[in-house]
Amino acid sequence: MTPLVSMRDIDKSFPGVHALKSVQFEVLPGEVHALMGENGAGKSTLMKILSGVYSKDAGVIELDGKSVNVTSPRQAQELGIGIIHQELSLMRDLNAAQNIFIGREPRSAGNFVIDEKRLNADTAKLFAAMHLKLDPKVQVESLTIAKQQMVEIAKALSHKSRVLIMDEPTAALNDAEINELFTIIRQLKAEGVGIVYISHKMDELKRIADRVTVMRDGEYVGTVPAADTPVEKIISMMVGRAISDEPPTIPDLKDAEVLLEVKNLNRGREVQDVSFSVKKGEILGFAGLMGAGRTEVARVIFGADSMQSGEIFVHGKKVSIKQPRDAVRAGIGYLSEDRKQFGLATGMDVAANIVMASVERFISPLGVLKNKEIRDTAREYIKQLTIRTPSERQETRFLSGGNQQKVVVAKWLLRDCDVLIFDEPTRGIDVGAKSEIYKLLNKLAEQGRAIIVISSELPEILRLSHRIAVMCEGRLTGILPGGDTPQEEIMRLATQRASATTTPANGRAA
Amino acid sequence: MSAAISNPSPAAALWATGAQKILAFAGLIFLVIGFSLASPNFMQTSNIISILQAASVNGVLAVAATLVIITGGIDLSVGALMTFCAVICGVLLTYMGLPLPIGVAGAILAGIASGLCSGTFVAKLKVPPFIATLGMMLILRGLSLVISGTRPIYFNDTPGFTEIATGSIVRNFLPFLPIPNGVLILFAVAGITAYILGRTILGRYAYALGSNEEALRLSGVNADRWKIGIYAMAGGICGIAGVLIASRLNSAQPALGMGYELDAIAAVVIGGTSLSGGRGTILGTLIGALIMAVLINGLRILSVAQEWQTVVTGSIIILAVYIDILRRQRAAAA
Repeated sequence: MTPLVSMRDIDKSFPGVHALKSVQFEVLPGEVHALMGENGAGKSTLMKILSGVYSKDAGVIELDGKSVNVTSPRQAQELGIGIIHQELSLMRDLNAAQNIFIGREPRSAGNFVIDEKRLNADTAKLFAAMHLKLDPKVQVESLTIAKQQMVEIAKALSHKSRVLIMDEPTAALNDAEINELFTIIRQLKAEGVGIVYISHKMDELKRIADRVTVMRDGEYVGTVPAADTPVEKIISMMVGRAISDEPPTIPDLKDAEVLLEVKNLNRGREVQDVSFSVKKGEILGFAGLMGAGRTEVARVIFGADSMQSGEIFVHGKKVSIKQPRDAVRAGIGYLSEDRKQFGLATGMDVAANIVMASVERFISPLGVLKNKEIRDTAREYIKQLTIRTPSERQETRFLSGGNQQKVVVAKWLLRDCDVLIFDEPTRGIDVGAKSEIYKLLNKLAEQGRAIIVISSELPEILRLSHRIAVMCEGRLTGILPGGDTPQEEIMRLATQRASATTTPANGRAA
Repeated sequence: MSAAISNPSPAAALWATGAQKILAFAGLIFLVIGFSLASPNFMQTSNIISILQAASVNGVLAVAATLVIITGGIDLSVGALMTFCAVICGVLLTYMGLPLPIGVAGAILAGIASGLCSGTFVAKLKVPPFIATLGMMLILRGLSLVISGTRPIYFNDTPGFTEIATGSIVRNFLPFLPIPNGVLILFAVAGITAYILGRTILGRYAYALGSNEEALRLSGVNADRWKIGIYAMAGGICGIAGVLIASRLNSAQPALGMGYELDAIAAVVIGGTSLSGGRGTILGTLIGALIMAVLINGLRILSVAQEWQTVVTGSIIILAVYIDILRRQRAAAA
C-alpha cells in the first residue's frame, strides 16, 4: 500500500537547538499511527512541519508517493492535511457552523451576505456524516472541551482532510468523552483517513493505535506495532538515553524535622487528593508529563490558586494559605516556571528585584526607601549566589536566564523562606548555567531548607532529587527513592491512568 | 464530576450570554418608570422627543464605537472625527457653495478616509488601537481648527440643511408624534449596522477578530484587510454623526466633540459589549445610549445639579462593567 504521507530525512534547527535530526515518519490510509516521545522529543515540531506551520530545513515530504512542498497552513489544508492543536483554536464567541466554515462561508447577494441557511445545512451534513448529535448553531463557548474537539474535527474534515493530526486530543477529556472520540476515530479509519495520534497515555495507544513511532531528542528511534509491543519496550525506547550525570548523594534525613507537610490537597481535576511531606535539608523532585498537575499543586500550596480541600503544615503547625501573602508569611517561596511573567520585574534593576518581597524592611521611619542598605544587601547576595552582573544597578532583563533565576532565588532567600518550590528551574538555561543552578539547590538544601523541584526533564529529576514524587492527571501516583531509580519506573507511574489506581478515597471524583 | 464542571446549567448559560442585555433593558425601563413617577413632566411627548434627539448623535457614534470594540480594539477618535466631518461638510457647503448631497457625501467620505488611516495604523503598523486612535483624535481635533480657521461655519446659505436632523418626516403622517429625522437616522444606521454585523462576511470577521484573531488568520482569512474595513465603516458612521450634529446646531463648531468619544464608549459598555472583543450587539448599544440620555434628562428634570449628573453616569458605567466582569467570571467557572 502506498503511504498517504511519507516524511524522510526531515531536518529542522531553531537558533541554538537542533530540533529534528533526519527524522522519518509515515502514515498509511486507514491507519492510526501514534507518535510518542518525552516532552521536547520533537513530535510537535515534526507535525508542525507536516501541517505547514514550520518549514523544514531539509528532507522530503511525499503525499501519495508524490513529493510536495508544504509552505503554509492553508496549503496543508488544501493538500488534505488537517491538524487539531492541543490548544483548540476555535472562536469562542461564534457558533459551531460559523467556526467550521470561517473564511469559506457560503455567500449570496453580491458575495457579501452570508448564506446562513446553507452554512448551517452544510454543517449539519458534516455532523451527520460523523454521527454527531450537535446543533450547528450551538455557541462554541457553551460546549465541553470534548464537543469543541468534535467541532475541530468537523472543521478539519470539511477541508476533505485525508490526514488528520491530533496533538494530545484526550488531555482534557474524561473516560466517556474519550470513548466518543475513539468512536469517531474508528469511523474515520474505516473511511480511509490516516490519523497521526500524539499522546503520552500507554493504555490509549493499546486501544486505538495500529503502529507506534517513538522519537527521542529530535531523533527517530523506531516504529513498532502497537498491539504486540509491550509497554515496557515502548517506554525504554522513549527514555533510552544514557545518563552522564552522577546521581546525588542522598543525605540521611531519618531524624530531620518535617518542614512542609501537605495532606489531601484537592482542586478540581487538576489536583486530586495529593499528600506528601518534605524534610529539612531534603530535595523532593516532582516528575510527570506536561499537564500532570505538578505546577497546579505548587500554585495551590503557594496560595496562587485556592484549594477546595486539604491541609498544609509548616514546621508541624497548620497554616491557612488563601493567597500568596499567607504562603510567604509561612516561609514558602515559589519560583515560577515563567520567570519573566511572574518572577521578575525585568525592567527594574537587580537590587530592586532582590528586595521586592521584603521591601518593608528597607523603609525609613519617614517612609523613604533606604537605597544604600538595599544596594549593600543586593551586593551580598550577588556575591553569595555568584550572580554575574556588572552591578546591582543592572536591569534584570540584560542578565542571562541562569542569572535571572538566581536573582529570583535571592529574593526568596532574603525573605527567609525555609520552603522553596522551584518550577522548571532550568527551563531556557544553557548547560553550564544548569549545573550552577544544581549546585545552588544542593547548597540551599545543605543549609537546612526544604526544596521542591518540579521538572519535566527526567535526568534533572534523577540528578537532584533525594526522593521523587510522580504525578499523573492530578493524582500523586507514587513517591520513589532518589538515586538509582530507573527512568522506566518513573515513566510507568507518570502514565498510570486513574482506572488502575482508583481507591475508595478518590472514588467519588472518578 | 467533570461533566458537571464543563456543562453549564441552562440558567448559567443564559446568565453568560444574555443577562447583561436583559439587565440593561430592565434598567432602561426602571429608569423610565422611576422618572415618570418622580415628575409628571418626564412622560410628556416633547420631553420624550428631546431625549431621543439627545440620544441620536451619541447613539450613532456609539454604533461606530461598537464596531471597533467588537474586533477587540477601541476607537478614541469618534468624537473628534465627528467634528472634523462636520467641518468638512461646512467647507463644502458654505465655503465652496456645493449642493447639499455633495456636502453630506463629502463628510461621510472624510470619515471613511480617517477610518482607513486608523485601521491601517492598527492592522498593518501594529500600533495598539488605543494609541492609534488617540493620535488620530488629536490630529483630527487640530485639523478641524486649522481648516475652519478656529471659527464656527454656519449653514445659513444651505436651505434644508437643518431639516436633516431637526425636521420631522413622521409629523406628516403622525402629527401628534413629531419624531425628528435625526432619530430616524439613528435607527436606520443602527439597523443597517446590525444587519451587517449579523449577516455579512464583514460582521462575521469582526466578531472572529475579537474572539481569536490568530485562529482567523490560521483559517486563511486576510484578517488585516477586514480589520481596516471595520475601522473604515466606523469612520463613515462618524461622518453621518458629523452631518447630524452640524444640522442640529446649524453650524460646524470646530472646538466641539471633546468627551463625545467617552460618552460613546460608555453607551457601548452599558449595552453589554465586551471591551475585550468578540461579543456585543447594536441593540445593546442603542439601549446603552438611551439609558444615558434618559438619565441625564431625568436628573435635569428633577433639578439635580449638572455636576451630580456626571457623577451618576460615572457610577452607572462602573456598575455596568462590574456586571460584565461578574458574568465572565461565572462563565469561566462554569
